[in-house]
This record gives sequence, structure tokens and C-alpha cells, in this order.
Amino acid sequence: MMTVSYSWVMALSAAIFAIGVAGVLLRRNILIMFMSIELMLNAVNLAFVAMARRMGSMDGQVIVFFVMTVAAAEAAVGLAIIISIFRNRETVNADELNLMRW
Amino acid sequence: MPATLFIFLAVVSIITSLGVVVQRNPIHCLLALILTLIAIGALFLALDAVVVGFLQIIVYVGAIMVLFLFVIWLLNLQVEAVPTGSLAVKFFATIAAAGVAAELFVFFSKTTGALGGVTVAAGYGSIDSLAQTLFGQYLMAFETTSILLLVAVIGAVAIARRTIPERERDAPTRGTPT
Repeated sequence: MMTVSYSWVMALSAAIFAIGVAGVLLRRNILIMFMSIELMLNAVNLAFVAMARRMGSMDGQVIVFFVMTVAAAEAAVGLAIIISIFRNRETVNADELNLMRW
Repeated sequence: MPATLFIFLAVVSIITSLGVVVQRNPIHCLLALILTLIAIGALFLALDAVVVGFLQIIVYVGAIMVLFLFVIWLLNLQVEAVPTGSLAVKFFATIAAAGVAAELFVFFSKTTGALGGVTVAAGYGSIDSLAQTLFGQYLMAFETTSILLLVAVIGAVAIARRTIPERERDAPTRGTPT
């Protein structure tokens, strides 16, 4: 009988985080870049929950609670920015949004 | 947690998170993301984080993802016909992501302990113990998050509202503003 070790959970968390990094870097659609950020936040949450159980402390789970709150705030403001950009520029392609590019 | 359950959830979350990155249609990306979040929520439940696991389903899948869905509908996004972005950028982005993955794998491989080998106190992860920590040690941080959410709501409304030009706003109503 195989037993799950904590390094497996951390490896899963690392893999999902790396996929999120790849999503932000590879995709040019700002909405999907945003989804990839949510993916990274969730990978970190998974690591927090696993390590909280490893340490037997509730602190990690409380941090996850705060991360969820910050993610909600971030989603609200970020999506408002996306709507505002789309209204003015009619695009969600990050390459076309070069107004502030040096 | 049985190894089969973990492997199942891990495979589901990896495949669906890859789906977020590779799908062309934003709605398909969002559905893949929702499946990822549900799989991670199930992992939370299996890791004795009961409250956080259900909060993940309710808050993330129920609220934040629906917000994403509304925005996709609102923008009426079309499927990307051709892959965008230059090939060189994609090449270096893949290397960067692989580097991040390798670094994290090396770092996390030092983690010790089997899931069954570590026993936790009774009531660990219950709403009672979460509340004791949240409203005890982290009370100030909790109150600060309420301010953060308030500021975020005000900011979101301020950013997303349509700014009506001065002359149209002052003029008497000439039909419905568009």
C-alpha cells in the first residue's frame, strides 16, 4: 500500500504554480492571464494547507482564508480594469495595450 | 488520504490547469479553471482543512468564477483564431516556467513526512478551531481584510463605471443616455 507523503502534495503545488507561470507568460489574452494568476494563488493555498497539517497548526489555514479574501478583492478590481480597457480599446490582447510602454 | 484518491485528484488538477493555459476559447479556459479549483478543494478536504475546502468551493467556484463568467459574457469574447505572441517570447517563457518548476521541485523535495504518519489533534480544521485562531491571534488582520474588501468594491465601481462627459451630465435629459 503506497502512502502519500507531503513531498507529493508539494510537488503537485509546484507543478500547478509552474503551469500558472507559463499561462501568464505564454497567453496574451489578459483575461486568461488573470485566470493563470488565480491558478498560482491556488497552488500556494495547497502548499499552505499541506504544511499547516504537517505542522499541526491552524495558522496555515487562516492564511489561506486571507489569500482567498485578497483574491476576491483582486478579481473585483482586475475585472473592473479589464472591462474599462475593453470599453476604451475594444481589445483584451496584452500586446495591443502599449500606451505606457517605454 | 489513500494514494489512489490523491493520484486521481492530482491528475485531474494538472490536466485541467493545463487546459486553462492551452484552450483557445475563454469559456473553456474558465470551465477548466473551475474543475481545477474543485479538485484542489477536494484535496483541502482530504488534508483535514474542512472549512477552507468548503470555502474554496463556495467562495472561489461560486463567487469569483461566476464574476469571471459574467465578464466573459459581457465582453462577448471570441475564440482566438490564431495563436498570438511571438515565437521567441514563447520559447523563453517556456524556459522560465520550466526553471520555476525545477527550482520549486528541488526545494520541495526536502519535505519529509508521510500524510498518514502525522497525526493531528481532534477537531483540527474544524470551524471551531479556525474561528479560535482567526478571531484570536489574527483579529487585526481579519478586520483589515474587511477594509480591503470595502476599498476593493469602491475601487471596482469607480474603475468600471462609465464616465459621462461633463456637458452631457449637466444638460437636461435628452432621451436615455447610451
